[in-house]
Amino acid sequence: MNINEIFANLDYGPAPEAKDMANGWLDDHGRKFGHFIDGQFTPHKKGFASINPATDEELAQISNGTRADVDKAVKAARAALPLWQALSGFERAKYLYAIARQLQKHSRLFAVLESMDNGKVIRESRDADISLAIRHFYHHAGWAMHVDNKFKGYSPYGVCGQIIPWNFPLLMLSWKIAPALAAGNTLVLKPAEFTPLTALLFVQICSEAGLPKGVVNIVTGEGETGAAIVEHPDVDKIAFTGSTEVGKIIRQTTAGTGKGLSLELGGKSPYIVFENADIDSAVEGLVDAIWFNQGEVCCAGSRLLVHESIEKIFIEKLKARMDKLRVGDPLDKSMDMGALVAPIQVQNIKKMLEQGKKEGCTIYEAKGDIPTIGSFLKPTLITDVSPSHSLVSEEIFGPVLVALSFRNPDEAVALANNTKYGLAASVWSENINLALDIAPRIKSGIVWINCTNQMDASAGFGGYKESGFGREGGAEGMVSYLKRDWEKKLKPCVLEPVRKASGVKNSSAIDHTAKNFVGGKQARGDSGYSRQVISTNGAMIGTVAEGNRKDIRNGVEAARKGLGWGSKPAHFRAQILYYLGENLDYRRQEFADRLRQLNGLSASVAKNEVDLSIQRLFAYAGWADKYDGAVHNVPIRAVAAAMIEPMGVVGIIAPQNFALLASISMLAPAIAMGNCVVLVPSDNAPLAMTDFYQVIQTSDVPDGVINIITGGSHDLAKTLAEHDGVDALWFAGDQAGSTMVEKLSTGNLKQVWTNLGKDLNWSDSEKFDGDYFLQKATQVKNVWIPYGA
Amino acid sequence: MSLNVRDMKSKNMAPKGGATSGSASSGKAVAKIGSAHQRNPGFELDLDWVDRIVMNRSALERRAATIGARRTVKKQYQAAWLLKAITLIDLTTLNSDDTNGRVRRLCAKAKNPVRRDILQALGANDLPIRPGAVCVYHNFVATAVEALEGTNIPVAAVSTAFPHGLTPLDIRLREIKASVKAGAKEIDIVIERSQVLNQDWQGLYDQIKAFREACGDAHIKTILGTGELATQTNVAKASLVCMLAGADFIKTSTGKEKVNANLVTSLSMVRMIREFYQKTKIEIGYKPAGGISSAKSALTYMALMKEELGIKWLEPHLFRFGASSLLTDIERQLEHQVTGRYAADYRQPMV
Repeated sequence: MNINEIFANLDYGPAPEAKDMANGWLDDHGRKFGHFIDGQFTPHKKGFASINPATDEELAQISNGTRADVDKAVKAARAALPLWQALSGFERAKYLYAIARQLQKHSRLFAVLESMDNGKVIRESRDADISLAIRHFYHHAGWAMHVDNKFKGYSPYGVCGQIIPWNFPLLMLSWKIAPALAAGNTLVLKPAEFTPLTALLFVQICSEAGLPKGVVNIVTGEGETGAAIVEHPDVDKIAFTGSTEVGKIIRQTTAGTGKGLSLELGGKSPYIVFENADIDSAVEGLVDAIWFNQGEVCCAGSRLLVHESIEKIFIEKLKARMDKLRVGDPLDKSMDMGALVAPIQVQNIKKMLEQGKKEGCTIYEAKGDIPTIGSFLKPTLITDVSPSHSLVSEEIFGPVLVALSFRNPDEAVALANNTKYGLAASVWSENINLALDIAPRIKSGIVWINCTNQMDASAGFGGYKESGFGREGGAEGMVSYLKRDWEKKLKPCVLEPVRKASGVKNSSAIDHTAKNFVGGKQARGDSGYSRQVISTNGAMIGTVAEGNRKDIRNGVEAARKGLGWGSKPAHFRAQILYYLGENLDYRRQEFADRLRQLNGLSASVAKNEVDLSIQRLFAYAGWADKYDGAVHNVPIRAVAAAMIEPMGVVGIIAPQNFALLASISMLAPAIAMGNCVVLVPSDNAPLAMTDFYQVIQTSDVPDGVINIITGGSHDLAKTLAEHDGVDALWFAGDQAGSTMVEKLSTGNLKQVWTNLGKDLNWSDSEKFDGDYFLQKATQVKNVWIPYGA
Repeated sequence: MSLNVRDMKSKNMAPKGGATSGSASSGKAVAKIGSAHQRNPGFELDLDWVDRIVMNRSALERRAATIGARRTVKKQYQAAWLLKAITLIDLTTLNSDDTNGRVRRLCAKAKNPVRRDILQALGANDLPIRPGAVCVYHNFVATAVEALEGTNIPVAAVSTAFPHGLTPLDIRLREIKASVKAGAKEIDIVIERSQVLNQDWQGLYDQIKAFREACGDAHIKTILGTGELATQTNVAKASLVCMLAGADFIKTSTGKEKVNANLVTSLSMVRMIREFYQKTKIEIGYKPAGGISSAKSALTYMALMKEELGIKWLEPHLFRFGASSLLTDIERQLEHQVTGRYAADYRQPMV
């Protein structure tokens, strides 16, 4: 086109980014790569091609990691551990700082290579992926300096196995590697098979930064390679980002092994626009929400929820905006959207759209052209849909937005939460009262007010529900790579055998009938069977209900009804906990006698257990209004508030020993943080907790906050673990039970804590008056609130 | 109380005849300049509409920050866009030490904005490369009109007690009339910022309406002094009130405020122009002024216009830069385009 023509039509024309440096780097390696183990590349072995999805051209041949390769890498990481951990925080900080600097120095090479390998536009790889990765290493250089002081009593896991997805290859790598190294771990990381190249360039940077060999190991491969990492017995922690489907498999595989686990999984994040929003800005925000990175973003705002009163005008404006989007060569600097990662991704999305069409959805595709070669899709909008359509419930992971409307704020919240996922949400309103009312009510790990897809190393990223657990970024992310020192020293517990009655009837004059405790009332068990309670000397001292599945169901239903507890002021919750303590104190002799009777304790030991139980209630009454959040220092003009929120319904399986104290030690932190509890007391000695009903009932505890079901703890644990209405489960018992509940938790990916069959000394106040269970009782929600008129 | 714009439309407020847009995208043809453009007839003040307007500064800033990153033009595209940019400049001198001689030199540059040899090398000899207007104080209108005789380059005058707008209203109205009488085809007026800060929309509306009447056939550009309006919502509301009162252009700044034109404010104003167009079908022009001195920033503004409003808004009857040194930088870039060597400003004829 000549200048005269362009003068008239004002086309943009091509603006290609050069790729010769990236090609040169690939050529230097002969376009064949091995793994990076123990500080050097292994020879290339048979594997698969890494392909540029915009051109369908092969970029390089990649090795497919075998179990032997993974084993070699884990051994290298293990061998490097003593040296790496012997370094001071400052020494480790220097390495992380050097990596950040090296990334910065080669930033364009990384950006171009990333765009070639993944298909994302160079503007995004340059301005988002690479710059955020650099920021991540800088931020965590600081954590390396301060981890010892800030996290006293913690130590690194050891060898971490890390598996990352293809949507942000280098950025996800940095989210995994930076905190792991800062905390003092070594690692084996597997990049996604579609996008291994920047990881292989990254290790070159590590070498340039002088990182000791074996600290960072990269094994490339497909799903099998990932499985080998997850299953490797000498890996101490698994960090995974990817699909919920694979996340669940990993949860099952690692069940009972004691491996640390953090999962960052799928999403179907709502994008809520109220009528009093800056509508044009909200439309523009959607470009960043769903057409950023071709929509291949786990936290993509993929479900538009718009106030019915502005729906028509909003959709009109949105379509007009979509028509302006430019889709094409990822290396063209004037493109809004590039290629999807691979043909299979395009095919899958087309299939989903076909299904949507069959279900009666209306599909709008942006007017602009897309290239005929390569994995491209048009920005797409789906209307005439409702929550029952598959396109609304399933994660599409592409440039496809579904649009629904709502009538009022309550319905907006209900629709937003009407999903198995809970990663992120956006709320658009110029009314700060409305926006800040909505944010806490959405079950997601991140809420962006009047913005979207904001991420920073200083603020935790991660989800609720089936979007996973654990956080990446900030202090909350560091915790995912640290373990309490004392947890590493625990020994297996010796189990008390099931007690057998010797036929001696206790002399109690009046029959005592202990039922279950559900919704604030004593409720007869569903089964109609009772369970004998036997003392340590074989005396039958009473009966309790033989709880079954339905009793658990009733308990969980009552607990869900009681969830308003979590939005009560912390001061109020503290008052209730103090009151529980006070009322238990009235009856301390009675409870001590009961413990002596049940477990044959000496007078002083029994008294001590009751006293400690009262102390525990006071401890968590004290914590209720003190275990709170933070405001993170993010690099935009915004308040990024890390709010501490309760998990929801917590199932608790108490151990056989410490019949009163162990239950109280878990119950108290759970309810202090605003959770509702379904508790299964010690199956040998449940009477200590059934006696506690009267303490609960005299302490103004709202109905449904505490529910207690007696019975066989393994059976009841199984039902709790499988229950989709239970958000977290704590199990203290044997190793087999620990493994079972972790395995069975995958239905809704509830967050599980177990003692792994280890012996816990519940009378140790240093451990159990502290924040150990508070961490497990809560999750962090980061609410981003940009400001400025 | 106030009449809705939609009702206004039904009372034959719709534009007569098509706008110029069609020709602009038709390839070879050089776009026609505003011949069939329908002037803003003015509308009743719709306070409900004004009330509904909200602008989120942070969101605007994020959008503004990506415009330059999302769009760029290279090689001959850049040259063509820069030549276009020249036609969008209100070549301006607004200094206390302006003289007739200074104004004549500016007009001479307006007549030959790019060195002949550069245009020739670009193959752009036949393109109508002339600035949109020459903009001066009232006292130099006659000088400029005389210097530009026969060129069709209009003279714009800043009136109404530029830059503060704080003299008696009748004096400001007389100033407008005097400038029109002296031959100014375009009048850049300044609003009273206090009316915006005090949310006196009726007062602002009445004043702009009076200015518009005083302008007669001369086009009126309303300078908002955005750097002194405190919030983006104020900027947007003031934009709307001016358009309802009959403004042909809305303009950011006098160039004398501490903060002049920027992309964030531009988004607020341009989006109001878009909303006004969607509701009334009347196209209002936009003029960012002050601080736009590099070719690169001019291209970013043009990309913003193209993205938010479409290329129709890259014609001089709907878009102007208030600038002077910008022209020299564009000339340098054009020379670089031709020679492949970086150019020096002292080798371009002085503005």
